[in-house]
Amino acid sequence: MIPELGHFALILALAVALVQGTLPLIGASRGDLRLMALGRTAALTQAFLVLVSFGALTQAYVTSDFSVLNVVDNSHSAKPLLYKISGVWGNHEGSMLLWALILALFGAAVAIFGNNLPDTLRSRVLAIQALIGVGFLAFLLFTSNPFARVFPAPADGNGLNPLLQDPGLAFHPPLLYLGYVGYSVTYAFAVAALLEGRVDAAWARWVRPWALAAWCFLTLGIALGSWWAYYILGWGGFWFWDPVENASLMPWLAGTALLHSAIVVEKRDALKSWTVLLALLAFSLSLLGTFLVRSGVLTSVHAFAQDPSRGMFILAFLLLVTGGGLALYAWRAPQLQGGGLFQPVSREGALILNNLLLCTLAVTVLLGTLYPLFLDLLTGNKVSVGPPFFNATFVPLCAPLFAALCVGPFLGWKRAELGPALMRLRVALVVSLAAALFAMTMIDSRSTLAALAFGFGVWLIVGSLASLTDRFRSGTLRTIPRSTLGMVISHASLGVVVLGSVATSSWNTELMQTMKPGDRIAFAGYSVVLDRMEEVRGPNYIAERATLNVSVGGKPYTVLQPERRLFTVQRRQVAETAIQTNLLRDFYATLGEGDPKQGWVIRLYLNPLAPWIWLGAALCALGGFVSLSDRRLRIGAPSRRPSSLQPAE
Amino acid sequence: MTPKRRRLWLLLGSLTTLGVAAALVLTALNDNLVFFYSPTQVAEKSIGPERRFRLGGLVEEGSVQKEGQIVRFTITDTNKTLKVTYRGILPDLFREGQGVIAEGSIGPDGVFTAREILAKHDENYMPPEVAKALKESGQWKDKK
Repeated sequence: MIPELGHFALILALAVALVQGTLPLIGASRGDLRLMALGRTAALTQAFLVLVSFGALTQAYVTSDFSVLNVVDNSHSAKPLLYKISGVWGNHEGSMLLWALILALFGAAVAIFGNNLPDTLRSRVLAIQALIGVGFLAFLLFTSNPFARVFPAPADGNGLNPLLQDPGLAFHPPLLYLGYVGYSVTYAFAVAALLEGRVDAAWARWVRPWALAAWCFLTLGIALGSWWAYYILGWGGFWFWDPVENASLMPWLAGTALLHSAIVVEKRDALKSWTVLLALLAFSLSLLGTFLVRSGVLTSVHAFAQDPSRGMFILAFLLLVTGGGLALYAWRAPQLQGGGLFQPVSREGALILNNLLLCTLAVTVLLGTLYPLFLDLLTGNKVSVGPPFFNATFVPLCAPLFAALCVGPFLGWKRAELGPALMRLRVALVVSLAAALFAMTMIDSRSTLAALAFGFGVWLIVGSLASLTDRFRSGTLRTIPRSTLGMVISHASLGVVVLGSVATSSWNTELMQTMKPGDRIAFAGYSVVLDRMEEVRGPNYIAERATLNVSVGGKPYTVLQPERRLFTVQRRQVAETAIQTNLLRDFYATLGEGDPKQGWVIRLYLNPLAPWIWLGAALCALGGFVSLSDRRLRIGAPSRRPSSLQPAE
Repeated sequence: MTPKRRRLWLLLGSLTTLGVAAALVLTALNDNLVFFYSPTQVAEKSIGPERRFRLGGLVEEGSVQKEGQIVRFTITDTNKTLKVTYRGILPDLFREGQGVIAEGSIGPDGVFTAREILAKHDENYMPPEVAKALKESGQWKDKK
């Protein structure tokens, strides 16, 4: 009964979305207030209906209702409750339903928080949101119904893919989707602005919080995914340049560019059509990411078994959204007249450089990701483009971006001098050069590149904090606007991420050894003893657990217990790494296959600064949230103060 | 500065960045493309010993031997086979009779030394390349 209710709610939601996607648009063009007001009611109703539908599916999972096919395929009665719930989106149908839910919730959020928007703009934004929703709801209902029943109902389910039974991955999809789908709002704002033919500072001020929120969630989602890959895949790596990872990086890069160019629109009334284009592209890239993950067209570490017809549907939808948006852009964008003039050396100039580099980076990733597809279509040759390609293209392009990143905030709007800005950064320059020299001489003399990258990391941290020194001296640190504080946090934490990834990938120690209980090995100054092997029972798995006693200088230091879990339902083994961290480095151990006669394969890593990667990413998102809490954004009042009154930082 | 000059600056800047990026991309693609071959294709082409590529097919039943950290097995597309050695911990989904992709190069002894065995999220997943190779050798069976 309840699954049918969920199915029915989904059908109703589609009907409501159809109404929401058409009537307010007509109302906005005719100036009919009643039709426009409909958008708001419809958005709230649609969100409620999708919520009911999602609740119904969750209920089926929690109560293990095995008359629902989706539950049979992806759940099992013996699974812990957390994974019963995360199982809802741990499969194709459920994750698309989650997507539709977040889309509807964003629509409702626009309806609730959009009080200060002009009626026409709000109703158009809501209508575009609804049209995107129509696409996804139709996709769900016609190709991927999560509520399909199975008769007779089996006694138990097939269980969730064991790799997904992990707290990190339980929350990775929702966060990532909050980011992906968040860009639907900026897309809707961009299309609405094109329909209205007007983009101004007020528009930028309305769009920026949504772009910022989506960006924060996307940052967290990517970081969580990378963390999961780090500890579950057992290779000690954190980023594999896999197509699916790239798929989430592209919208992030475009979204970061959007975040910055929207500032120029808000403060200086320039870069309007460019910002609109970025808003269109950020969401298109999000959809492309979904298509790549959901269609399985690319060989990926993360690929799931897929049904090509679903891929085609998303591809068609992607073309419609991107093509439609770009066509509208080509038609209407020339009407958007840019305002403020500026010199190349100025805050505007720095932000343009930022956009230029970020977009080049996004294009590079796009090329590397899609090139195998093109080559396959053109020549039939199967190729893959791996980490060496991205290391040779992405990393060098980051250098000018990082170099300029700290200078930009010291430049004034319209016209600025490079000299004084660099003077204020002299301490940061000296410190980061010293850090690079230190890395080159003390840590590793072989890799100049790593030392340079290390220096850049320090430059980002010290250079970003340097913009606070004047305020610190004059004792006005408290009066600092939250948006400035957020910027400093995010910029500096990027440096933390850079330090973490450089140190982990360049200066880690690795050892693989076959060990029997009682064996002792020396590893990076530690002494590691395989104390014992034992069998442990989990809720739905049996595990082989190794106990490794680590000591340093004869004193016990820590105990690591990596496991290999055999999930009894699926008959599948999953390795569970053991990580001991002191926030400066990770001691990381994985257990391979083995038996008492030959011994077990043990793999040990010492990853310096590895925790900084995720710590930095979390801080980066925190900076975004701090900025989001800025009073000006919270009120979102389209006040138009003259730009000379805006703080220069 | 006039809008015209500003636009010129912008254009110059963008062109330089794009040019540098294009140069980087082209050289990197040249050096770092990893081709995918099935055992049949490997037998047809003569691939140099240092050339890194991806080998895909099925892990032949009964071929897996483990000696400590070294694993030896045979990859087959049911037409031709190729011996593979790998040092390291196999991904959790590695199993006899299942699809597999190994990245590495052929040694002077004709044995493929894998540096990486690709892990998969999902046991029903068949890498598209493997599916294609199996289809070409006429061994593809649709499960449904």
